[in-house]
Amino acid sequence: MKVGVVTFPGSLDDVDAQRAVRIGGHEAVALWHGDHDLRGVDAVVLPGGFSYGDYLRCGAISRFSPVMAEVIEAAGKGMPVLGICNGFQILCESHLLPGALIRNDHRKFVCRDQRLRIENASTAWTSAYDEGAEITIALKNGEGGYVADAGTLDRLEGEGRVVARYLDVNPNGSMRDIAGVTNERGNVVGLMPHPEHAVEELTGTGTDGLGFFTSLAVAAFA
Amino acid sequence: MPVVVVDVMPKPEILDPQGKAVQGALPRLGFSGVSDVRQGKRFELTVDGEVTEAVLEQVRQMAETLLSNPVIENFTVRVEETV
Repeated sequence: MKVGVVTFPGSLDDVDAQRAVRIGGHEAVALWHGDHDLRGVDAVVLPGGFSYGDYLRCGAISRFSPVMAEVIEAAGKGMPVLGICNGFQILCESHLLPGALIRNDHRKFVCRDQRLRIENASTAWTSAYDEGAEITIALKNGEGGYVADAGTLDRLEGEGRVVARYLDVNPNGSMRDIAGVTNERGNVVGLMPHPEHAVEELTGTGTDGLGFFTSLAVAAFA
Repeated sequence: MPVVVVDVMPKPEILDPQGKAVQGALPRLGFSGVSDVRQGKRFELTVDGEVTEAVLEQVRQMAETLLSNPVIENFTVRVEETV
């Protein structure tokens, strides 16, 4: 599959995401925030970083970039979209995912190897995992506290739309230990920790994150 | 030129870590009697011409789409008299 990785001004993890896409067995296509087309890609990754310097709110300016108009339209038609960290913030600002991400409750930037439980293994980005699988990948954020009103949280849990939950510690004050969520259709996933940093034995915490990138193939051939 | 002010505040039920940090700093500086601090944003929009109801409506739309995130923030719009 052709997987687009969007670079915004201030993106940090776009090159790592491209590499993870390739290791996951796909072709990585670099997309620019000012692009008005998606260059024929089959899926899109919105990478981590500090797009537009996190001005106004994290993801608030990126959400209105030309390429996001295309991403939002394609996501509505079912194209798989994965937002990691800043990408998750952009997806929430775009209203492709419910809720929002606010400053960590302890007010400090957090960078740690984080254990997670995959709670929904039927999304376009998690089908390579077993439901309940426990993985360890890097987490690094200053504004990763997932918040939503109680009704939305109940609905997310009731519909199985919590994709991943923090284990051991809640690193940023996220409500109900939520690390990632998906939309009704399961094609759009937002995740605060970074699977793209855990795709090779040589670096990082191992290869626990690779499943997010190999899942696309599982979805394509299902 | 008239200025339209948009104040954006975190919703009461949303944790405000920045406000908490400010609140924590006050007693250390010798200020007492403040039981809570909430920190928001103030936008000053200088508009061309008269501030009509149509202009205010447009500012409300700006506040709703860009200046605030309605999931976590409330906003108010008012006209500031300028000299």
